[in-house]
Amino acid sequence: MKNGSSHSHHILPPRVYLGVGAALLILTAITVAVSFFNFGPYNLLVAMLIAAGKASLVALFFMHLKYDNKLYMTIFVASVVFLAVFIILTMFDTLRRDDIYDIGAGPIRDRAVMYDSVAVDSTITGADSIEAVSDTTINQSPGQ
Amino acid sequence: MAQATGQPHFLQHHFTDVEQQRESAKLGMWIFLITEVLLFGGLFCAYAIYRSWNPDIFHNAHVHLDIFAGTLNTVVLITSSVTMALAIRSMQLGNRPATLKFLITTLLLAAVFLVVKYFEYSHKIHLGQLPGKFYTFGGIEGTNPHIFFSVYFLMTGLHGFHVLAGMGVITWLIVRTQRNAFSAEYYTPVEMTGLYWHLVDLIWIFLFPLFYLVG
Repeated sequence: MKNGSSHSHHILPPRVYLGVGAALLILTAITVAVSFFNFGPYNLLVAMLIAAGKASLVALFFMHLKYDNKLYMTIFVASVVFLAVFIILTMFDTLRRDDIYDIGAGPIRDRAVMYDSVAVDSTITGADSIEAVSDTTINQSPGQ
Repeated sequence: MAQATGQPHFLQHHFTDVEQQRESAKLGMWIFLITEVLLFGGLFCAYAIYRSWNPDIFHNAHVHLDIFAGTLNTVVLITSSVTMALAIRSMQLGNRPATLKFLITTLLLAAVFLVVKYFEYSHKIHLGQLPGKFYTFGGIEGTNPHIFFSVYFLMTGLHGFHVLAGMGVITWLIVRTQRNAFSAEYYTPVEMTGLYWHLVDLIWIFLFPLFYLVG
């Protein structure tokens, strides 16, 4: 499959594309259907697993990663891996900072100017923002 | 000069052969695509942060998105990916009329996607379900529900611009196919546009459940 004359590119039969398209539509139907059931904290996990499956089908068959030079697969997978590192480390900080410090992560400017002019629930925003502002100031001096 | 004779007209002088030219184009395209992954990746990270800070808002606000419209657009975009893949395949076989047919279908499906998006957006603008200080909707419980719509409009908006850009490139492909610029030997622009188009589809595959389904 890999060799052959370098000019004959790998041409897939149409049934591969149609089959993958059908699989993607079925997975779409499944993900919509399961969204009406509540798995609690696993909702996101289930939805993301199905999305990852669909994305793999698109990348492997539509984008030809399964058949092409594996260099392209390496590049693409590397970008996804680095993205995962980026998001996971950020989430560690966002969700778990207050396990170590006595402050949690929060919006830097909870009390933006816009909150003064808009009729969003100002009492709760106000209370949050005082905390957040003091959090940010503490945060500036990591030595404490 | 003797070397130049017999070489295909689409082969640029700085490549050894057609295959090297094609592989180089593909490598460049993939590098561009990973910058796209990282561009959207930053926004996915923003989504993750805001969702973890405001889980109740994301849950209460996401029910205001139209699951039917979102599912319809997912189906439309997946179908357009199939037609795009078939357009490339037709050109690989040197079948120009079929390529044109599939490219035009892809273009039309992209237009359908944007029309559905237009109706969704205009409905939200009408209700005031908008980002930041433009938010005037009163029907969502919790503090700062506008945050959800900021993330929603930013991510789907950037994706929408990508669909629009894709439509521009596909139009250019249609014109060039009509002018007989591509053949079974040379179809790199069609193939590269296909890669881009599939990535746009791939990003939507994640946006759809994150906003419409799990919130």
